Amino acid sequence: MPTFVYMTRCDGCGHCVDICPSDIMHIDTTYRRAFNIEPNMCWECYSCVKACPQNAIDDRGYADFAPLGHSVRVLREPEKGVISWRLQFRDGREKNFVSPIRTTEWGSIKGPAEYDAPSAEDFDKQELAHEPEYLNIEGGLPALRPDQLKQGLV
Amino acid sequence: MGLFGGRKTVFVDSDVLVIGGGMAGCGAAYESRYWGRDLKIVCVEKANIERSGAVAQGLYAINCYMGMQWDENQPEDHVRYARNDLMGLVREDLGYDIARHVDSTVHKFEEWGLPIMRDPKTGRYQREGKWQIMIHGESYKPIVAEAARKAATEVYNRIMVTHLLMDKTKPNRVAGAVGFNVRTGDFYVFRGKAVIVCAGGASHIFKPRAVGEGMGRTWYAPWSSASAYALPILVGAKMTQMENRIVLTRFKDGYGPVGAYFLHLKTYTENVYGEEYESTWYEDTKALVGDYIDRHPVPTCLRNHAILKEVAAGRGPIRMVTKEAFQDPHKETVGWENFLGMTIGQAVVWASQNIDPKHINPELTTSEPYVMGSHATCSGAWASGPEDYAPSEYQWGYNRMMTVDGLFGAGDTIGGTAHKFSSGSFTEGRIAGKAAVKYVNDMGKDQPEVSEAEYEDLKKVVFQPLENYEVGRNEIVAGTVSPNYILPIHGLQRLEKIMDEYVGGIGTNYMTNEWQLNRGLELLGMLKEDMEKMGAEDLHQLQRTWELHHRILASESVTQHTLFRKETRWPGYYYRGDHMKLDDENWHCFTVSQYDRDSGKWELEKAPVYHIVD
Repeated sequence: MPTFVYMTRCDGCGHCVDICPSDIMHIDTTYRRAFNIEPNMCWECYSCVKACPQNAIDDRGYADFAPLGHSVRVLREPEKGVISWRLQFRDGREKNFVSPIRTTEWGSIKGPAEYDAPSAEDFDKQELAHEPEYLNIEGGLPALRPDQLKQGLV
Repeated sequence: MGLFGGRKTVFVDSDVLVIGGGMAGCGAAYESRYWGRDLKIVCVEKANIERSGAVAQGLYAINCYMGMQWDENQPEDHVRYARNDLMGLVREDLGYDIARHVDSTVHKFEEWGLPIMRDPKTGRYQREGKWQIMIHGESYKPIVAEAARKAATEVYNRIMVTHLLMDKTKPNRVAGAVGFNVRTGDFYVFRGKAVIVCAGGASHIFKPRAVGEGMGRTWYAPWSSASAYALPILVGAKMTQMENRIVLTRFKDGYGPVGAYFLHLKTYTENVYGEEYESTWYEDTKALVGDYIDRHPVPTCLRNHAILKEVAAGRGPIRMVTKEAFQDPHKETVGWENFLGMTIGQAVVWASQNIDPKHINPELTTSEPYVMGSHATCSGAWASGPEDYAPSEYQWGYNRMMTVDGLFGAGDTIGGTAHKFSSGSFTEGRIAGKAAVKYVNDMGKDQPEVSEAEYEDLKKVVFQPLENYEVGRNEIVAGTVSPNYILPIHGLQRLEKIMDEYVGGIGTNYMTNEWQLNRGLELLGMLKEDMEKMGAEDLHQLQRTWELHHRILASESVTQHTLFRKETRWPGYYYRGDHMKLDDENWHCFTVSQYDRDSGKWELEKAPVYHIVD
């Protein structure tokens, strides 16, 4: 469809509508459940599938080149920092994969304003935030000299 | 105002306005806050920054990392690599600037929680290739978005920005932007002292290989709707290298990535008879481009060229030899997780067609062309370079400021900086963010002012397609055919057909010439006229309408640039049939264009290329 929504599982919460980068998951006004309004603008990015609290959304490969009978299912568990995949081929073969997705707590990133403020002189330098220390190199931020740039063929 | 006179207008003031919350936009928001502690930083995004932009789905590699801490590469090495891949033409000042900062960005990503793989022997980041490091990047975008949300004063999701606003008194100064909320239909007027365009490049301007349900499975995201280009073009910002569209060699139908396969898994390609084919076309390619074919690594476009020639000779398809590598269970896992991390659709294709690369060598194909500024291509705005070393022709103000005062850009928006990818786009956003804060601080009381007449006029223009539909729909019984309006999908398909057939898409094997380009421009002109009669049934279709406007303007720019450059600089990306050879004598230069929105005319000129000389 490529993504589609199972009628009996969807409770119309709208998480998929909120997350879809293509704005194609909408709520059907009659059934009050989500559906894919524009399958040919779906990238199969699985953002909606991963976001669905009811596991109500699945993917059926694009009809113009994907024969039926396959399945690529996902379980994303942000609190565990893990994503799990199960692939089923048309002929029934299965493959399973598990990957980490994050090494720190969600929400733990320190915002840029929590660091010491730069000085007025820092604006005249080329270093960005956290530089040069986050480059992890000796000698500071690399730079070219103006005379190193010339016209002509190389 | 007719039927829609009661529509609400929401005003938002900002010091720094970031348009687009993808990788570049998140970098711009982060850095703007670091430098501008008391400033109002506003980020506007047409989707939801949690999953927006080209990295929405995730990535399995960061393709731009120097590794200076281990002396793996230096910034000038990356400049030489990008120059070589783009057949000699990149903005080396801008590329060096990204390369010297990018490592600090990647180190921050790791600290924030992005799982970067490590080489168990050395303890360094696991290299996929010379420039690429491997990550478990399913949550790359949510992690980066968390940092951006902590930086921005306000994030406005689901607002499609349609136009930039110019200052009421100073003719070449930006003052903000307008757009509409795709959920509520409210009209938004954003006032900004500095504006950073971080929107996406262009998919769906050339007809894709799949035109049915699978048309959404483009290589670049279908939501990359050329706003990166249309927004600045419309206010007269100069653009560069817009002819430099990119064609990708990828796994068939899903456009799954090949980088990890070539570089890490050490798979290789062969023709249908199991033969190596690149050497067959060495002399042929040399006759077109001279010694550029002898450079290492072989430029991306020239590798495409050999594939196109081999397939045209009847020895296709080209296939990736995976059967050997996939006997190793670790490599098999990497091969599949590579797709699941960034192109799930390819895993779906292989599962559906029973293609297990352990037993079958999968087919490759060459994609339809795309226009963007962050991969092996460098279309985008002509921007001012870094203050400490950029040549005078490349420097007229603040770093990453376009030729419009106060208008900055990053990521796909900025031209001449190939191979920045996700990390480089975020880094370029940081560079632009710092410069924009400096611009705002230096501005003092001389602040831009938006014109009420301008945004009120735009309000009518923006919502007109809803009215066109409402009126026209009453004249027909049912269905999609009306003599008074066309729908966004109709316009999109016409655009893709024009670009495909006249500007060098798959339908002509990427071939075009002067006559075809001029005919393409005529047809694009008629399409632009028809855009006044677009019909949008709802706010979703109104978003599609404005995405189409942006795609058409970018397409016109691509066509004008392709017409201007009378050579074939990148065989394998496109061919000028009337100028089949690379011509360094006349065209070792950038092409630079400027659009006049009042007359609709384009001015094209050449700009010099500066190389780092050793």
